[in-house]
Amino acid sequence: MYIDWTAFTPGPALFGGVLLGIAAALYIHFHGRILGISGIVSGLLRLQKNDLFWRICFVLGLLTASFWAGFLFDFHPTQIIQAEWGALILAGLLVGFGAHYGSGCTSGHGICGLSRLSPRSLVATASFMGAGFLTVFVIRHVLS
Amino acid sequence: MRKSVGLVSQYLIGVLFGLGLLVSGMSNPEKILAFLDLGGAWDPSLIFVMGGAVLVGLVAFYLAKKRTQSFFGDALQIPTRRDIDKRLVIGSLLFGLGWGIAGFCPGPALVALGTGHAKPLVFVLAMLVGMAACEWFFSGNKRAPALK
Repeated sequence: MYIDWTAFTPGPALFGGVLLGIAAALYIHFHGRILGISGIVSGLLRLQKNDLFWRICFVLGLLTASFWAGFLFDFHPTQIIQAEWGALILAGLLVGFGAHYGSGCTSGHGICGLSRLSPRSLVATASFMGAGFLTVFVIRHVLS
Repeated sequence: MRKSVGLVSQYLIGVLFGLGLLVSGMSNPEKILAFLDLGGAWDPSLIFVMGGAVLVGLVAFYLAKKRTQSFFGDALQIPTRRDIDKRLVIGSLLFGLGWGIAGFCPGPALVALGTGHAKPLVFVLAMLVGMAACEWFFSGNKRAPALK
């Protein structure tokens, strides 16, 4: 399976989005939790008994997803990462701090929050999307 | 028995979520930045990712709100807070700033890390440091983030 990522890809986007929705649906019904990556990952840092192993299992699922994509579907998506090392570190710090401080990221606030019509998540999603649009505009059209 | 089935379920849902991120293009920073670049050759693909996910999610959470227990017997933890505070907005703005710089958010970065490349690794390590800094900075803060 091959997808040309430089083109507009509504089909794979919609299909992938439905998979994300199904995963979030299974998560709330099976485990009773919001499928929010930043929440699941930041909980790892607390090192609380009986609260670690399920988080590790979930994260291992994310880490091995590309293996299963290749193994099961012969699907080897490419990642083009243009950010330089310094920018990558700064971005990582901001994403980690911001998502934890703001109680969620694209999965928890974006997918799950909008799905349950939460006003907090709507504000959070509008905030990070707005900041994302503005940041890319400044980097690509003002600074360079 | 039930506990180990629960852990396998955690793993499998993690894989499914990761596959969704890979197929949708979310795990490719270039795709994210093309979506965030309104002033350039804008690629609206990610609207379809969000649309597909929320369409399924609307039904799922409507049904979930009627439950009191999960399938595995855990309490249903659906956040109930409705207040909009500074912390929510400032945190989300900082997150969006970082998202716009590198094109990575937490899930896609972990999925990309699974491909074994160095750049996602550096991003994820920095992300963990950022989360730990927030945790350390606000330890003892009783108003813990709602989406645990």
